[in-house]
Amino acid sequence: MIRYLLEKEFRQIRRNRFLPRMILAFPLMVLLVFPGAASFEVRNIRLTVVDQDKSPNSRRLVDKAVSSGFFLLSRMSADYAQALDMVERDRADMILEIPRHFERDLVREQRASVRLSANGVNAVKAGVGSAYLTSILADYSRDFSHYGTSLAHVEVVPRFRFNPTLNYIVFMVPALMVMVLTMLCGFLPALNIVGEKEAGTMEQMNVTPVPRFLFIFSKLLPYWLMGFVVLTLCFGAAWLFYGLLPVGNLGVIYLFAALYVLTISGFGLVISNHSRTVQQAMFVMYFVVILLIIMSGLFTPVQSMPPWARALTMLNPLKYLMEVMRMVYLRGSGVADMVTHLTALAGFALFFNTWAVLSYRKTG
Amino acid sequence: MSRVFIFFVRKEFLHIFRDVRTMVILLGIPVVQLILFGFAISTEVKNARIAVLDLSRDAASRAVTERLDASAYFDVGWHLEHPGDVEKVFREGKAPLVVVFSERFQQQMLHSGSAGIQLIADASDPNYATTLTRYAEAIIADFERELQASDGVAADGLSADGQPGSTQAAAPQGIVPQLTILYNPRLQSAYQFVPGVLGMILMLICAMMTAISIVREKETGTMEVLLVSPVRPILIILAKAVPYFVLSCVNLATVLLLSVFVLGVPVAGSLVWLVLVSFLFVFVSLSLGLLVSTLTRSQVVAMLISGMSFMLPVVLLSGMMFPVEHMPRVLQMLSHMIPAKWFIIVVKDLMIKGAGISAALPEVLVLCGMAVVFVTLSLLNFKHRLE
Amino acid sequence: MKPVIEVDRLVKRFGGFTAVDHISFEVAPGEIFGFLGANGAGKTTAMRMLCGLSKPTSGTGKVAGYDIASHPDEVKKRIGYMSQKFSLYGDLRVWENIRLFAGIYGVPQREIAPRTDALLSRLDFAAERNTLVRDLPLGWKQKLSFSVSVFHHPGIVFLDEPTGGVDPVTRRKFWELIYQAADEGITVFVTTHYMDEAEYCHRVSVMVDGRIEALDTPERLKQQFGATEMDEVFQQLARKAQRQEL
Repeated sequence: MIRYLLEKEFRQIRRNRFLPRMILAFPLMVLLVFPGAASFEVRNIRLTVVDQDKSPNSRRLVDKAVSSGFFLLSRMSADYAQALDMVERDRADMILEIPRHFERDLVREQRASVRLSANGVNAVKAGVGSAYLTSILADYSRDFSHYGTSLAHVEVVPRFRFNPTLNYIVFMVPALMVMVLTMLCGFLPALNIVGEKEAGTMEQMNVTPVPRFLFIFSKLLPYWLMGFVVLTLCFGAAWLFYGLLPVGNLGVIYLFAALYVLTISGFGLVISNHSRTVQQAMFVMYFVVILLIIMSGLFTPVQSMPPWARALTMLNPLKYLMEVMRMVYLRGSGVADMVTHLTALAGFALFFNTWAVLSYRKTG
Repeated sequence: MSRVFIFFVRKEFLHIFRDVRTMVILLGIPVVQLILFGFAISTEVKNARIAVLDLSRDAASRAVTERLDASAYFDVGWHLEHPGDVEKVFREGKAPLVVVFSERFQQQMLHSGSAGIQLIADASDPNYATTLTRYAEAIIADFERELQASDGVAADGLSADGQPGSTQAAAPQGIVPQLTILYNPRLQSAYQFVPGVLGMILMLICAMMTAISIVREKETGTMEVLLVSPVRPILIILAKAVPYFVLSCVNLATVLLLSVFVLGVPVAGSLVWLVLVSFLFVFVSLSLGLLVSTLTRSQVVAMLISGMSFMLPVVLLSGMMFPVEHMPRVLQMLSHMIPAKWFIIVVKDLMIKGAGISAALPEVLVLCGMAVVFVTLSLLNFKHRLE
Repeated sequence: MKPVIEVDRLVKRFGGFTAVDHISFEVAPGEIFGFLGANGAGKTTAMRMLCGLSKPTSGTGKVAGYDIASHPDEVKKRIGYMSQKFSLYGDLRVWENIRLFAGIYGVPQREIAPRTDALLSRLDFAAERNTLVRDLPLGWKQKLSFSVSVFHHPGIVFLDEPTGGVDPVTRRKFWELIYQAADEGITVFVTTHYMDEAEYCHRVSVMVDGRIEALDTPERLKQQFGATEMDEVFQQLARKAQRQEL
């Protein structure tokens, strides 16, 4: 019996004009566009300088800031008002104001002050930018100091593990694959059963002796296999576009993804069972998926969330697969390192698919 | 004719109110998203649990550790014993940063003038890793400056507790920055997200919902019934837009009230202009929705087109979350075509920066231009379909 | 012979509304049983209960020897069903639809293909074998839908207003198919509101406001009500209705 049901599902997918193209195009589009755009990476902070001292030292300080590679000098401003105007017009992110007698104070008293103003609308930029400029100032005063190396000095050496070139793409691409899987293997099942309800074919199925479990299984299997196709496409695209290959084992990813796709497709079927119209299913799914993505750590780190929000992310299947992807791609972790993730995903898969079977009612 | 119009508007309202679930979602989205964006989501580094490997265990290393721990950015969660533990901490994903003090840290700092601290960061998330190291570096630089200030010459400037001696008495040396954070003194992420959420929600309700509700009538065939009625087609379309306009107003009010009273993001500029510009954006979105509805006959396709061409770009390219100025050139060009981008800039100006409308004039003009283009296109298309 | 459908005081309530109100009747094997009633009289609700699509509030019903409340899946194995709304898969071809439902009802794999060929040639339909079902004209869709519902030789077939929206000639041809099925021993349970179709049935029942108000052969009903056409019988009964048309 199952064989005829599966034949039907596959034929329907193949005959759909839109679906196969979307399965191909969507992952490629996301992997091409998203990594370029979805980045909180702070660099090229646009700095405008109000130099009222115009001394060799003030100029050297500005040079030092700009040559750090972290700041872009957007323009010199004549006064603070003009600088502020640039910030208001979003032409600059930070203002460095060097007062008159800066050099004189520095030479005579070993001490001078400058004013930094950061545009706080983008909190991260303001925070990181001012921290960075502060450390450049500290560096500069040390260079300037008469005492040279005789002063107490701490040599700070940062080392970056797992991603020494600090490449943001390496970080984003594996996680974006999870988003692609979620969109395709979540939305399509969500539209499926409710679509049959709208078309009236659902009733025809309900008078047949097909058991609930088999029916749900026949709906699930095509999306599950589709998940593997999509994932493989993603791996290929990541390698082709970015030369990105996982440090760890691809098989490990397939294992976790197999559980994840079951989870998200099962969830889609649950939504579909509980909806009356395609539109409703789409909206509920849309709402939930956005929440899941926001709370997954895809764009913003989970560590930055307050404790209650961090606790909520434990219930988010997306979060687990995303961590798995990043761990395997970047750190080369194996199954043994991710037992929690495996258990959680298996639990989710079981939960949602049981729910999907139970919520499919053949009798009203 | 106006009676007929009101009758039609009532019918549209009934469609919306009958579907309780969609209704709840439409009204609930702004609340849930603002709360999450305001309280849960942030890119700030706050109380990050870091690990310390102190090979020196002297007053100075302890002092630096205490400073790190005392700062708002870090909590020292683990004190490691052996260099081998560093690997373990990373593998288990426990700490994003390990601070390593070299042996004889204090002695070297004071005598040979150079002592080492290694900041080993898990750079899987490069952004988070660099942010962490920047903050750690700034804290250490602070410590160093105060130390130098307390005793110009290299000497035992450390008091018994390892802190630089009598810092208050001696004026700090070197260049002292006075920092001002404009507009958002407490550096809350909410300031950045509120305009974005507003733009996204208005777009969702106006463009997506309008498109779908018109296409649904085409799909079920009821559109033909309406079109053969003596009502002018343009009125039918207007009647469809009215309820979504009302919904948008409710959501606009929700977003503003929530952001002022719950998130504490004030409306720094003119409320009147803010509301007027929002109406303009609603109008642009409605006309976009209308345009999509003239392009397709299937609900699912309408939904996918709106999802792909409105929602994703709004989230991604509008500057709602990610700064546009850091994107590749091609994407920056693309982002110019997204109405939400211009709207978000205006809202940031008016609401957060408290700038006057004159500062936002170019963006407002762009939005007006888009409104004209979309309305013209969709009306042309609509007429064409009828003939 | 033992009846294939036995219904005893069957009730279906939706909240305070009693859609089906204590109906009782029996249908003999091979019979063509007409189930008449105005819109909203409760015929579709009654039929959905008999097919196991809806649970009765009270009363009992047996179809093909199985209780509809406790063994709906046993019932489903032994019936065919054709709904009022056309419900084959529009995006599958003619033969694919036949194969799907034949497979679901457990027709052996090697029999499906030859029986499909036989069916299509009997219907004069061989040319449309590979047509997508959504591209067929309505009359053909209905014939196909009926043929699919009896393809697995069920004991009983339920037809819910099978001929809605087609012209009298097509309807006539459709009834020829029904007679063929009945000749093969399939019991036919059919709802309709075309009174000429009522005349084709062996026995008819007329539902008014959820109750069965009359049940007999068309001949005897006409006698009983002193009418020459079934339509008059129906009009007399329907006038008693209290319910608004839904």
